[in-house]
Amino acid sequence: MQKLLLLGDEALAQAGIDAGMSGIYAYPGTPSTEITEYVQHSKEAATKGIRCTWSANEKTAMEAALGMSYAGKRSMVCMKHVGLNVAADPFVNSSITGANGGMIVVAADDPSMHSSQNEQDSRFFGNFAMIPVLEPSNQQEAYNMVHYAFDLSENLQIPVLIRITTRLAHSRAGVERMDSKKQNEVSLPQNLRQFVLLPAIARKQYKTLLKNQPHFERESTISGFNQFTEGKDKSLGVIASGIAYNYLMENYPDRNVPYPVLKISQYPLPRKMVEKICYECKEILVLEDGYPLIEENLKGFLGNSLKVKGRLDGSIPRDGELNPNIVGIALGMPDCKGKDIPELVAARPPSLCVGCPHIDSFLGLNEALLKYSKGRVFSDIGCYTLSALPPYESINSCVDMGASITMAKGAADAGLIPAVAVIGDSTFTHSGMTGLLDAVNDKSPITVFILDNYTTAMTGGQKSAATDKIENIVKGLGVEEAHIRIIKPLKKNHEENTKIISEELEYNGVSVIIPRRECIQTLNKRVREKFKNKK
Amino acid sequence: MKIDIILAGVGGQGILSIAAIIGVAALESNLFLKQAEVHGMSQRGGDVQSHLRLSDQEIYSDLIPQGKADMIISVEPMESLRYLPMLSPDGWLITNTKPFINIPNYPAIEDVLAEVKSYKHNIAIDADNIAQELGSPKSANMVILGAASPFLDIPFEKFENAIKSIFGKKGDDVVNVNLDCLRKGREFAEKNK
Repeated sequence: MQKLLLLGDEALAQAGIDAGMSGIYAYPGTPSTEITEYVQHSKEAATKGIRCTWSANEKTAMEAALGMSYAGKRSMVCMKHVGLNVAADPFVNSSITGANGGMIVVAADDPSMHSSQNEQDSRFFGNFAMIPVLEPSNQQEAYNMVHYAFDLSENLQIPVLIRITTRLAHSRAGVERMDSKKQNEVSLPQNLRQFVLLPAIARKQYKTLLKNQPHFERESTISGFNQFTEGKDKSLGVIASGIAYNYLMENYPDRNVPYPVLKISQYPLPRKMVEKICYECKEILVLEDGYPLIEENLKGFLGNSLKVKGRLDGSIPRDGELNPNIVGIALGMPDCKGKDIPELVAARPPSLCVGCPHIDSFLGLNEALLKYSKGRVFSDIGCYTLSALPPYESINSCVDMGASITMAKGAADAGLIPAVAVIGDSTFTHSGMTGLLDAVNDKSPITVFILDNYTTAMTGGQKSAATDKIENIVKGLGVEEAHIRIIKPLKKNHEENTKIISEELEYNGVSVIIPRRECIQTLNKRVREKFKNKK
Repeated sequence: MKIDIILAGVGGQGILSIAAIIGVAALESNLFLKQAEVHGMSQRGGDVQSHLRLSDQEIYSDLIPQGKADMIISVEPMESLRYLPMLSPDGWLITNTKPFINIPNYPAIEDVLAEVKSYKHNIAIDADNIAQELGSPKSANMVILGAASPFLDIPFEKFENAIKSIFGKKGDDVVNVNLDCLRKGREFAEKNK
């Protein structure tokens, strides 16, 4: 079969295309974005008619994927780890409804927070929902697991979570494809009440989920993704999950680890396999990229008699991504780190692009706010969060998608008047609309900036669900027309824009200012393509 | 045989085009390959790096162990120094000398270059200038790749073939100027190593 050079994200996407997936649902979020983009750019996916446009947010994506599963077809829903918080309601309840057509949830975690506000570990969410979780160690395994997970999901009638981390998502390696499968026909669940979670039905369904746990665990034992390798030296046993297994192997150039090794890539944990290595070895070293899930489980069911080394006892740092050196040191090897970084090397943080419309928006806002005390600007998730850094230092919060409007409202309720919210167009339709409705219903004295650059910029310029809809949405939610102001954020308009912003800051009710100008990145890309086509 | 390379630069400078050429050359030589990239927030003018690993045996880790990289290839001089903890004591530091200044506290360029030259195995090349002279300012990356090529255990014609296959669609002129840049970079490294 054909060998392709694919990112971990792309391997998941190609596998979906090959394994008979009928639809993929997602909102962009690093490091998960490239899964859906790959399907969007795939000619094969287009020929097969695979549904793949962006959803408004992760919750709508999860629910649509569940609907497709209800109708008997295979669906995939992809998000970054914090996206799973947004989709938590349908996610947790989907374990009670179960699946009909195969359903895969992909959560891409970001240990070390390369591009995120926390490093939560989605395996805990899988554990919480009590569904099978797969954690690939490399690109090929990621590919193979999608095929396996769709089958597992249909056989056991349960959604399956695939958890990856940044390093696998954004690393490329050769992947061999498997035979292509046909998509399922529409077929409804045999029991038409399966998805009706009325308490009486939900109680029954929940008992089924509990009864199925041993089946899930049996799968973890026999699927082949969890592997035990014998080792002569029983002074230590190593349990390594997902890509942590690679860092273990990296420390033994001849690939012969002297200790017994248990590679974990599927949950629930295979209890017998775990018990075997724990009883056989004097000490256990647990390697996992993320929170200490396995480590906590070991201590839980084997008590304190077993010596477990990992993130909890300090053998491995408590936070941050693993790497071969951290693992080597935990195995008692010398640190081979090279020369230190010379002192003259200065930090180079990311910054707003030259020509970015947000720059003009923030310069106007900064000036209009000069007459008030500092610390009244609540912001959100997107490129504009970079305005927290010098030279702008404009914003005072960035918590989760949509929190700008609601936090500004709460602060205004507390007496911080005026309070300002700054949110991007795509983030507004993701999670800002309901908060704005709250503010309108309460006549909260807040000024909301909806920065409209016609795109989801931070993740690379995906289509925004908000484009051409913002004024109508805002009007529909009840913001007075006189206080919906559209400005063009350009240097030459600075004075006029500042005046408009000042007027709205003084208004004792909800104002919405829409600074509107295309993202400089997507503009450049568009111009380049136009030029190319002309040639 | 294994080659571990750190590619360094600033978001938007296009370090991945160097990776793509080496990748094609490596696959043509039947080597295993793994390449960890940086996407997302850092791409907005921040420092970016990519770990490129080639081997005749299966590669496990996507990340190169610190102190084990055989080479740093950097399109920006200060960025080449940021990854020194990754470089093996016998490794090669290969960098462009043209600074990319988008921060107020960028150090004096003479100090940066002195630091580069204090490293045992270094090639410091004004790739922007060479690419400009050859008539293709955008091909500085290929000059740097050429400068790295004598230290990569891959036949030189594999790099030439990779350029032909990747730039082929853009016509013979583009292919030829990129080949010129590659050769010029190699020539410089052979003379100055």
